[in-house]
Amino acid sequence: MYRILKKEDLNPSVCYLEISSPQIAKAAQPGQFIILRITEKGERIPLTIHGFDEPEDTISIIVQKAGKTTDQLCSLNAGDGLLDLAGPLGKPSLAVKEKRVLFIAGGVGAAEAYPIARAIKQERGEVAVILGAKSAEDLILEKQLRALTSKVYVSTDDGSYGRKGFVTDLLSEILLKDKSFDLIYAIGPLAMMAAVSNLSRHYKVKTLVSLNSIMLDGTGMCGSCRVTVGNETKFACVDGPEFDGHLVDFDELMKRQARFKKKECRSRKLAGKK
Amino acid sequence: MKEQNPQERINNFNEVALGYTPEQAILEAKRCLGCKNAGCIQGCPVEIDIPGFIAEIKKGSFDKAYQVLKEKNNLPAVCGRVCPQETQCEKACVLAKKGKPIAVGSLERFVADWAISHGVSERPEQKFKELERNTQYAIGNTKKIAIIGSGPAGLTAAADLAKTGYQVIIFESLHAVGGVLRYGIPEFRLPKEIVDTEVGYIEKLGVKMEVNAVIGRIKTIDQLRVEGFKAFFIATGAGLPYFLGIKGENLNGVYSANEFLTRVNLMNAYRFPDYDTPVNIGRKVAVIGAGNVALDSARVSRRLGAGEVTIVYRRSESEMPARFEEIKHAREEGIKFELLTSPIKIYGYENGWVRAMRCLRNRLAEPDASGRRRPVAIPDSEFDFDCDLVVVAVGQGPNPLLLSTIPELKLNKRGNIEADPEGRTSVPDIFAGGDIVTGAATVIEAMGMGKRAARAIDNYLTKLINC
Repeated sequence: MYRILKKEDLNPSVCYLEISSPQIAKAAQPGQFIILRITEKGERIPLTIHGFDEPEDTISIIVQKAGKTTDQLCSLNAGDGLLDLAGPLGKPSLAVKEKRVLFIAGGVGAAEAYPIARAIKQERGEVAVILGAKSAEDLILEKQLRALTSKVYVSTDDGSYGRKGFVTDLLSEILLKDKSFDLIYAIGPLAMMAAVSNLSRHYKVKTLVSLNSIMLDGTGMCGSCRVTVGNETKFACVDGPEFDGHLVDFDELMKRQARFKKKECRSRKLAGKK
Repeated sequence: MKEQNPQERINNFNEVALGYTPEQAILEAKRCLGCKNAGCIQGCPVEIDIPGFIAEIKKGSFDKAYQVLKEKNNLPAVCGRVCPQETQCEKACVLAKKGKPIAVGSLERFVADWAISHGVSERPEQKFKELERNTQYAIGNTKKIAIIGSGPAGLTAAADLAKTGYQVIIFESLHAVGGVLRYGIPEFRLPKEIVDTEVGYIEKLGVKMEVNAVIGRIKTIDQLRVEGFKAFFIATGAGLPYFLGIKGENLNGVYSANEFLTRVNLMNAYRFPDYDTPVNIGRKVAVIGAGNVALDSARVSRRLGAGEVTIVYRRSESEMPARFEEIKHAREEGIKFELLTSPIKIYGYENGWVRAMRCLRNRLAEPDASGRRRPVAIPDSEFDFDCDLVVVAVGQGPNPLLLSTIPELKLNKRGNIEADPEGRTSVPDIFAGGDIVTGAATVIEAMGMGKRAARAIDNYLTKLINC
């Protein structure tokens, strides 16, 4: 049993959890993820590791309610436990080696962007962040990111905070003025990562995206998470989660992500949610 | 042996074969000639004293029969169900020449099941209890051995090393131990309760099992050395699914057999929505390949309610690698066979779901390196095969996750670990066995390697202590 030590609701649909796991906390690096299972009948789901050194024996994750298991996770509290926790999985982020990185984080994508951005800062690199969300209340980690860099740009779809519009609007403005970024790092909904990659391809800036496709074992054993990158089939769990955004077949991946949609809806409904 | 009626069993995941009654077992055992130079023992990769345990069945001493069995085989209830006896012990039986060998597998299963239902399997054998008391055990006990992977090879090596007196820890990356026994073989062929019981026995021998432990990520072999492990047995299996490399393989509705079976067997997707993990099932399912994994996938599809299930195989029936019994069971369950057929492309609808497969007909030419006749495409034989779900079951390779963190370990050109028959690798304290060495093979072959490696590890550590 992996004990939850701290729980905080960041907004009505996103929660922050600190989980006791000394081994993973020690081994984890920015960009990696874990796979967890809450109960015996539960499914295995992958989640990005948000923090792994505060305090020492814990890792933290940030969870968006999106289905039965994530709903369940957000209903847990300090003192509750998870049945299984495996990790760290995936390759550590390649971005930490770069000097000037522009992050584009949509929604809970900020949870993964933060530890990578912090690692770059620690290596004396420079970071800028475009933070996007549907609405002001969906924004997370703004304060923490502002503590890392003065260059934090915010946009919301409904204009309730920051600029009204999409992250790509801000991105094209920035890229028009400043072409010196070594890397663009996009993390968020698939449609957002696809749009960012299309735009940055035009500006010829190297772009990494972090893919969280449907997984089962997370160790390369089942091939559920496969994604076409540059006409080759890759497994997001072991070859990724980071890939060159300009080579990812987003269209295929978006279709693949919907493979269990009907069953997922049924599961969620049965669990008493919408 | 009595079996569940095919019409009934396609609607459930209960075991197909129902096992012998004690009377049946004794009757069958009485046919054994008790040969002095018993060929059956040589036919058994784990060297079970087959005439020995059968002789006890003859007398009705099932408890003793179990002790004889367990002396060499740590997983008899598993082996009695999934071993290809027809190509091993039963093939070597003298009576095979007369047409009907002793049903060694069925007898093994009977004894193991009897022991489970009578609580005998809960008791570690006498020999082990004596071992616990002697000093050698106490010395050995200070030496830690790490086993990576909890499938048949890992479990066997662990049990034998524990019986020899070592402190053994198994690291398993999934949340439950058993490896392919748990995620690969379906409930109707090997109930998970059986796996639990046999694993429980190995735990009673003192073996510790750490689940959710992805070695290579959470810890490296070097870190384990620092923690005091003196030898390693890598038994990570064939954990990388092969695909055909044809167009359309990433369409929705195309599974690797590994994914399909893991969803159903490990995650209980067949009990959705009571269990949360989903699996989609088609109206018309095509399973590509004809090994045991393919047959399992086909029979699982049937039970999940697929309208029509077809095995698509590029060679003919006589080259099919699956066990004869599985093929027979599949036919009884209405599985179709599209033989001498190779898919070359999978078509999809606009929404990304599978619609059909384009296939070619083959003829067989001279045998290839595998000894089986090679399929050759017949020109202009293309045809479309309607299907909405495809399971690719064309084999598995070595998973590189752990191996890539041990650069000094020599691999062969297929990416498998180079190891001698005793499991010794290019690194003195690392041993390896099972599918990670041989490529996908059988449960019992993996167990045989686990057994030999346990002996080699003991030799290695004994020498280490003496100098």
